[in-house]
Amino acid sequence: MRAYISVGKLRFINGLQYRSAAFAGIATQFFWGFIIIMIYKAFFSQNDPLRMTSISLDQLVSYVWLQQAFITFIVLWFRDAEIFQLITTGNIAYELCRPCAIYEYWYVKLLATRLASALLRCFPILIAAFALPQPYRMENPPSFVSFALFAVTLCMGLLLLVSISMFIYISVFWTMSPVGSTLMIGAFGEFMAGLIIPVPLMPEWLQKIAYSLPFRWTADFPFRVYSGQIPAHDAAWGILVQLVWLVVLVTLGKMLMNKALRQVVVQGG
Amino acid sequence: MIQLNEISKSFKIAKRSAGLRQAMKALFVREYSHVNALEGISFRITPGEIVGYIGPNGAGKSTTIKVMSGIMVPDSGACSIMGYTPWKDRVAYVRNIGVVFGQRSQLWWDVPVIDSFELLKDIYKISGTEYKANLELLTETLDLGALLHTPVRQLSLGQRMRCEIAASLLHGPRILFLDEPTIGLDAVSKLAVRQFIKDINKEKGVTVILTTHDMNDIEALADRILMIGKGRLLYDGGLEKFRGQFGEKTMDEAVVQMYREYQI
Repeated sequence: MRAYISVGKLRFINGLQYRSAAFAGIATQFFWGFIIIMIYKAFFSQNDPLRMTSISLDQLVSYVWLQQAFITFIVLWFRDAEIFQLITTGNIAYELCRPCAIYEYWYVKLLATRLASALLRCFPILIAAFALPQPYRMENPPSFVSFALFAVTLCMGLLLLVSISMFIYISVFWTMSPVGSTLMIGAFGEFMAGLIIPVPLMPEWLQKIAYSLPFRWTADFPFRVYSGQIPAHDAAWGILVQLVWLVVLVTLGKMLMNKALRQVVVQGG
Repeated sequence: MIQLNEISKSFKIAKRSAGLRQAMKALFVREYSHVNALEGISFRITPGEIVGYIGPNGAGKSTTIKVMSGIMVPDSGACSIMGYTPWKDRVAYVRNIGVVFGQRSQLWWDVPVIDSFELLKDIYKISGTEYKANLELLTETLDLGALLHTPVRQLSLGQRMRCEIAASLLHGPRILFLDEPTIGLDAVSKLAVRQFIKDINKEKGVTVILTTHDMNDIEALADRILMIGKGRLLYDGGLEKFRGQFGEKTMDEAVVQMYREYQI
């Protein structure tokens, strides 16, 4: 256990070095958040929103800013090039000489990288979002309970997301190139997580599909819990669903990883 | 201590000829060829030996090391090292071995060397006192004092290799696998690395298996050599006996003649 904590810590410290990347990221996300909100503002002004969806513009604004602030918690394209390199160049040889389980080892690395990156980015965006004029301003959660549930579901969502992203890394043992898997799992997963169109605005048949997949539990769910759009009672049950998905995906990931390692070809001489 | 019995391993290699037409064809029909990297390798090594493992490029040296260090699963054959089957009991087994791949790096690129060492301390669960003693000894014998606080990316190859070797020995392994540890090193670093390998073998009784293309490494270190070619073991015996067969010739010439005799 201690080993994994140390890896995570070193990775976290490493991740904090990338300040200019975070700076550029903040600018992009800020810009992006504005554009998205403008679109929804226009959309809501032309339609009677409650006839079409259960989410209000205020709730949607929080949804968008949370997406932007915690972008490294929720996107699948945020990837660790080092792990891909380990596999394709054969440097995984050294990882395999360690008395560690590779799945856990990588899981911690990925988790720490995302945490460090989010820590650098989330505060400037959140502070600005709370200070903006209406209708761009992000609202406080309706109650402390909503906030607490949001914190828990966001963390669970992060754990879940890392377990999903592990499949991309494991797939590289077979494909030898991260491009395809990142693109496919990334595009599909992010759409189903509500990162392109928030899940409540999807047509009903699509919502049904999104609800039956693990992706929306990483982003859509915690962000709606924040604004109280998902009530506390439902949120508590949702945490259980997150937990079940987490167990399923980690178990499956470990099985696949073991299979990959049994037939691993360490590339290069 | 180490026992290999009829270890075999083959690789499937995707093949195509040059040219656009062939590349298009390969989209639909993949042709594979099988390369037998190892074809029934057997040997045993007793504790405290330094064994030089030689053979031309592509002979299967690295593959053997990878099998012995639990990284690769062979197609068939048995291997028992200190009572473990490396690929089956990988996590328990690797605590007892140290591995250096001369062409790879195990140190974290962007952080000072000491950070990587501290991490290894936690990964191998090395006790505080043991870690301190080992680190002190390694720092002294490999002359790492000035390097420990430098980021790895700023070290020269020779400096880095000394740190790599130290990293593989922090947990006090009983067996050390060295896969081309002197590749690309200058004369000073080479001598330092050789001297160090001798020292830990003598003082701590660490068993060393070493692959190299530098016959001076072999002459300076190994009591026994294993020669492999095309996946088969061609020679297993003392260094003196090997040299004796070739009279006045240098080691390099002797090895070349040996390769020629076996047509490898």
